[in-house]
Amino acid sequence: MNRQIVQLFGLSMILFATLIAFTSRWTVFEADALKDPNDRRGQANKRELIAEQQIPRGLIKSADGTVLARSEPRGRDEDRVFRRTYPTGDLFSQAVGYSFVEQGKTGLEAFRNDELTGAENEFGTIFSELQSEGREGSDLITTLDAGAQRTAIEALDGQKGSVVAIEPQTGRVRVMATVPGFDPNGIVENQGQVDVLNRATQSQYPPGSTFKVVTAAAALDSGKFTPDSVVDGSSPRTISGAPLANSGGANFGAITLTEALTNSVNTVWAQVGEQIGPKTLLDYMNRFGFNADPQLDYPDGQMVASGVRNAKGDLVDDTGGFDIGRVAIGQGGAEGAILVSPLQMALVASAVGNGGELMRPRLTERVVGKDGRVDERLQPVEQSQVMKRETAEQLAGMMNNVVNEGTGTAAALDGIDVAGKTGTAEVDNATSNQAWFIGFAPVTNPKMAVAVTIERTQGQGGTEAAPIAKQVLQELLQ
Amino acid sequence: MSARSRELMGLIPVSLLVSAGFAAVLTTRSEEVSDATLTYGLVFLGLCLAGHFFIRARLPDADPYLYPLAALLSAFGLVMIYRINAEFAREQAQWFVVGLVVFCGTIVLLRDHHALERYRYTIAAAGIALLVMPRLPGIGAPVNGAFLGVKLGPISFQPAEFAKIAIIVFLASYLRDTGDVLVQSRSTPMSAGRQALLFAIPAVLVVLVVLVLGLGTAGTVLLAVFTASLVAVLRERPSLKHFGPLLLVWGLAMLMLLFIRDLGSSLMFFGGFLALLYVATGRLSLVGVGATMFLGGATFFANSVNHVQERVDIWLDPFAPDVVQKEGYQIAQSLYAQADGGLFGQGFGQALLQIPGGGPLLPAAHTDLIYAVITDELGLFGAAGLILVYLMFAARGFKTALVAGDGFSKLLAAGLTSVLALQVFVIVGGVTKTIPLTGVTLPFVSYGGSSIVANMMLLALLLIVSDHARKDRRSVQGGLV
Repeated sequence: MNRQIVQLFGLSMILFATLIAFTSRWTVFEADALKDPNDRRGQANKRELIAEQQIPRGLIKSADGTVLARSEPRGRDEDRVFRRTYPTGDLFSQAVGYSFVEQGKTGLEAFRNDELTGAENEFGTIFSELQSEGREGSDLITTLDAGAQRTAIEALDGQKGSVVAIEPQTGRVRVMATVPGFDPNGIVENQGQVDVLNRATQSQYPPGSTFKVVTAAAALDSGKFTPDSVVDGSSPRTISGAPLANSGGANFGAITLTEALTNSVNTVWAQVGEQIGPKTLLDYMNRFGFNADPQLDYPDGQMVASGVRNAKGDLVDDTGGFDIGRVAIGQGGAEGAILVSPLQMALVASAVGNGGELMRPRLTERVVGKDGRVDERLQPVEQSQVMKRETAEQLAGMMNNVVNEGTGTAAALDGIDVAGKTGTAEVDNATSNQAWFIGFAPVTNPKMAVAVTIERTQGQGGTEAAPIAKQVLQELLQ
Repeated sequence: MSARSRELMGLIPVSLLVSAGFAAVLTTRSEEVSDATLTYGLVFLGLCLAGHFFIRARLPDADPYLYPLAALLSAFGLVMIYRINAEFAREQAQWFVVGLVVFCGTIVLLRDHHALERYRYTIAAAGIALLVMPRLPGIGAPVNGAFLGVKLGPISFQPAEFAKIAIIVFLASYLRDTGDVLVQSRSTPMSAGRQALLFAIPAVLVVLVVLVLGLGTAGTVLLAVFTASLVAVLRERPSLKHFGPLLLVWGLAMLMLLFIRDLGSSLMFFGGFLALLYVATGRLSLVGVGATMFLGGATFFANSVNHVQERVDIWLDPFAPDVVQKEGYQIAQSLYAQADGGLFGQGFGQALLQIPGGGPLLPAAHTDLIYAVITDELGLFGAAGLILVYLMFAARGFKTALVAGDGFSKLLAAGLTSVLALQVFVIVGGVTKTIPLTGVTLPFVSYGGSSIVANMMLLALLLIVSDHARKDRRSVQGGLV
């Protein structure tokens, strides 16, 4: 009998080893899938949501210390949960986003969830176990400026549109304003009835003439043109087999590129586009960050890539056969039209202002633990060198002319030189306009770059968008 | 060092676990270590010591490790239950006292376990009666579709916990008598030609049946193993009259499936039976016939008894969208809790058990799913440690069977150990989705009076067998490690 008893013990060992194997399957090998709400296995797993409710999330603050989001306790002891409130209401609705169990998370609340909930790695938990402290989230200090944000939203005055302001030398996003906003405090009650689109990062607008800044950068930096190159600005001219006219049909004759930018001469820039070709233009667009989601610390799902898109909405490359002349002036056709987000256009202005060096944009200034220790401080990082410093300086001079004597005079500030470019793209079968202004100030050693856009207005970029840019720049530079 | 001194040493880890465990739970709740809780720990340790001195007096030669291992498991369970619900822990501590009384009572009343052999048919009848009790109207009621509990006035208990001991005692006694007869060859070996014919005819038959019925892979394997095992058994031409009781046990297991509707406890009982059959006869062919008959019957019932079928479906895919919030909720939540545990766990008292302002997140956390809570709080390492403690317990149990002098003692010790190990496998396997989840307790750890009392009785029987065996060996050899 003894042989059988020993074999029976062997069988017990095998059975128990199976149990340990299955336990490790759930605790280690498939643990991530079980915690992933997008995985079939993790769909019904509400543990993280429930646990998060019991953690006081960190504060979200603006750069000047205004509290944008905080957690308030409800209930007592074991039933205590924390709920988010947003003291500034609709001011930062899209940038900060919201976090509610019923509604999920958006914006910075989603992107910085780990920091805000104090999530730690496997080894981190051992230490907190030893200290036996409850989990507590870190505070998030953003780069956003509450005053300038308010100025931007008030200046938009209820018109749908967006304002983005970025420090060219550091990449700090100081303003990310969208109209209409929404009150995140009421998002659960008004589920599905609120326009939550972040127009600064998610919209795809035709950039109109502001895109000539990108065309000019490619033309100058590739060495094919100088600011003094002379091109025929008569109107109309045949571009890609179809006549193209200047704004108001104005005839300019042979003029320099500086003059052509000052007066936003379509026929000149369309010819420039045709001469540099789609490959070069796309190359410079990529350096500006087009054709990819912006490298912002913001959820990918809430950003779209700017670029040339065909009628189906797909991004196209230089083999797509798009109308290069019309894309170069911010328009296009069925094979491909240029569509941009305000954030991308602010990055274009920012790169020109910063001597051709594009800094990676960011919304987070620093993360501060509950003990007051700074967990993370974000340093300025170069995203790309878009063009040579000399090119950027030439382009800045040309854009300065636009504000001094061209279409952008409404953006001029007292005592501070402003560089800029207006844009007016016809939409809805030419019944209304997408008005634009992008620019930076001061022209030398700029402190702030800005992009302003208004949907479906009867006015022009120079009359509608430029005055808003002026107010926001004034607020940020004072 | 004497066996009893080693046993006393074995209680040191128990005391450390009790103090550390309660302290950890309390500090995570940010309360001060209150007098009441310290009293808990001290009273528990006092009881353990009392048990030890009782063994010292009555069973001086018994295995020195079984008792401390059981105490360790009980202490561990008490801390876990305290962490889940302090009131449950108080009740569990009371049941531990009752269990200790039953433990001592068993040892006092049953000086020699061979006395059980005289009452084997009474014990068998009692065991079957216990199993049927939950189906009696008025006192039994289904929980989650399975009939496992009995409610007699204010007392409710799980008769299966006691029935498992009764059935093992009966089988050990019965197989001691008939085990040899079962496999005794009554004729000289057959010629090679006849042997070939003996295997060839059934092989052809199996192929025909598979083709006619269109069986799948599982069915084919089942049928093939069954036929091969049956032929191997028949080749020895055993006396068929002895197979009556074995068929009876199989029928009983099938009836259990039908009446109790619980796959887990049927598996536990029938597995214990097969283990004893193997120890008694040494014939894998018998185990093959039994196991395939059980699996075949279980498959049949899985397809015809709704509750069993449902359990199997949930087991195969608890995450199906229409299942995960209803029938699959318990197992899905169990797996989610384990996923949170990771390698090292979240720490004592850290696992999420309640929905704030709502009901329990983890159903039956203190009974069925206690292993999931343990994994959540102590991680893979903690859970593996617990399994290892059970393995050590099994090792000492089988060791007791090895050193026992007579067949009944060997079978009894091996059977009791097997059924306990199987119970661990059934519940932990269920919680980890190794097998369908059913409602048996984790021995010594889960909350539940029946479980604690029955397992203390089982421990007492093992120690009695061990004391006799080691005493005999010592008198023969003059020493034993």
